[in-house]
Amino acid sequence: MSARRPYHRQVTGRWWLRNPFFVRYMVREASSVFVLGYSLVLLRGLWALRAGPDAYAAYLAALQSPWAIAVHGVALLMVGYHTVTFLSMTPRTMRLEWRGRKLADRTIVVAEYAALAAVCGLVAAGFGVL
Amino acid sequence: MRRYQRSHEPVVWALFGAGGMVAAFLLPVLMLFTGVLVPLGIVDSATLSYARVQAFAEHWLGGLVVVGVIGLSAWHALHRIFHSLNDLKVGARRLRFMLCYGLAAAITVAAGVLVLAA
Repeated sequence: MSARRPYHRQVTGRWWLRNPFFVRYMVREASSVFVLGYSLVLLRGLWALRAGPDAYAAYLAALQSPWAIAVHGVALLMVGYHTVTFLSMTPRTMRLEWRGRKLADRTIVVAEYAALAAVCGLVAAGFGVL
Repeated sequence: MRRYQRSHEPVVWALFGAGGMVAAFLLPVLMLFTGVLVPLGIVDSATLSYARVQAFAEHWLGGLVVVGVIGLSAWHALHRIFHSLNDLKVGARRLRFMLCYGLAAAITVAAGVLVLAA
């Protein structure tokens, strides 16, 4: 036995509630539940697609229920929060250089939003909008 | 002789990172169209018709996109859920590991099988 008796402060599962910064962190992490849910919704759609036109029509009809639309709306807000924070922290997680000089944070973020706009434009074009 | 425990982190980090890109750039706009605009009838529901989606999934690139979006989203989400449960002081690390990454692998395999089973 060592004579050393360090003090360990007890940490409970509610540690993050004390500080708004950590609450925002946990809200951001909670968005992963909606990412998983949407992945399962798409997988269910793929299953219905393979099961045939009738099963697929039932899948599309289920997506039209008010609950489904509401949950997708909440998921959109949560995953949108993940996107905004993801794009704003990239300059801090990646150091990008161009001709030996570090790129300005602003340049990286603007480029990311341009890429996001391009992806959104591509998907919108696929859905006949734009 | 001492046996070193290898971390699983480098392997799943790649899938988590790729999934993070999908979740950040692609999922919001996909959710907006498939979950809100088409169900509400704001966008023509023919854009998600059986024939159209079937043709998309039949194409090799479309099939790859379908498996990529479903699989990488699952890896990304479950990696974060695995670590967030740790933040919430949920124990049972081994069981949590098996459940999270097992489900991610199962979702990916299921998507791959369904795409290939034309």
